[in-house]
Amino acid sequence: MSDAVPILKIGSTLLVSIQVDLQDDTALQLQEDLAERITRTGARGVVIDISGLEIVDSFIGRMLASVAAISRVLDAQTVVVGMRPAVAITMVELGLSLGGVRTALDVERGLAMLAPAHESAESVLLAAAAERESR
Amino acid sequence: MTTAPSATATERLEVRADSDVVRVRQLVRTVAQQARLSLVDQTKLVTAASELARNTLVYGGGGEVEVELVADGRRSGVRAVFSDEGPGIADLDLALTDGWTSGNGLGLGLSGSRRLVEQFSIDTAPGAGTRVEIVTWSR
Repeated sequence: MSDAVPILKIGSTLLVSIQVDLQDDTALQLQEDLAERITRTGARGVVIDISGLEIVDSFIGRMLASVAAISRVLDAQTVVVGMRPAVAITMVELGLSLGGVRTALDVERGLAMLAPAHESAESVLLAAAAERESR
Repeated sequence: MTTAPSATATERLEVRADSDVVRVRQLVRTVAQQARLSLVDQTKLVTAASELARNTLVYGGGGEVEVELVADGRRSGVRAVFSDEGPGIADLDLALTDGWTSGNGLGLGLSGSRRLVEQFSIDTAPGAGTRVEIVTWSR
C-alpha cells in the first residue's frame, strides 16, 4: 500500500492534489477518505487537481466519476481540474467521457466554479429583498 | 550502441500486485521516450499498458510483462507483451466489446486499449491463459 493522498480543507471546500502515480488501492482509499471528510466537515465542494497525473485509465476515471457521484449524494459538488491535453485525448479515445463530472482548466477556475453557486443564490435573494423594500 | 534492428534488451516485470501495475506504466513510459514517441502516443501507449497489466493481475491471476524497444530500419517503436496462465477468454469477440465485463470493471480494458495502440494481437483459449501483444511506432 502506498502513501495516502492528502486532503486539504479551505473554507467549505476540500482540495486534493494528486501528485503521485496512483495505484488502484490508493485511488480507492482516496474515494473513501473523501466521503468521510465531506460528512465530517460538511464541505460543499471538492476540487481534485489531476495536473500531476500522466495518465487517466479506466480505473482512475471510474474513481473520479464515483467521487463526483458520492459527493453529490452528500450534498457537495466535485470539480476535476488540471487535466493534461494528452490525457484528455487518450481518455476520450479509450472510451471514457467522465459524464457527470464537472471539469475546469486549473485549481483557480475550479474554486471559482464552486464559489458563485452559494454567492449567486445569496445575491438573488438579496436583490429580491431589496426590490420588495423599494415598493 | 549500434542501431541494429531490435537489438536492445527486453525488460521483464512480474505483475502480482497493484504496485506492479504502476511499475509497468513507468517502464513503458521510459521505453516510449527512448523510441521517441510523441507525447500523445506515449500517453496512449502507457494507458493501454496500464489497462492490460491490470487485466493480467485481476483476470489472469497475475503474470508477466515484457517490454522492448524495437526498430524496423526506418522507425523505432515499443512492443509490450502481457501474459498470464489464468483461465483464458472463452468468447473473445464478446471480451472485445465496449462495456462488456466479466468482473466489475467498466469493460473498456481490452476494447479501449486496442484503440490506443497501432498493433494489437491476442492469443487465448479457455484454460490456456492469455497473451496480448501491442506495438506502437514512432511517426
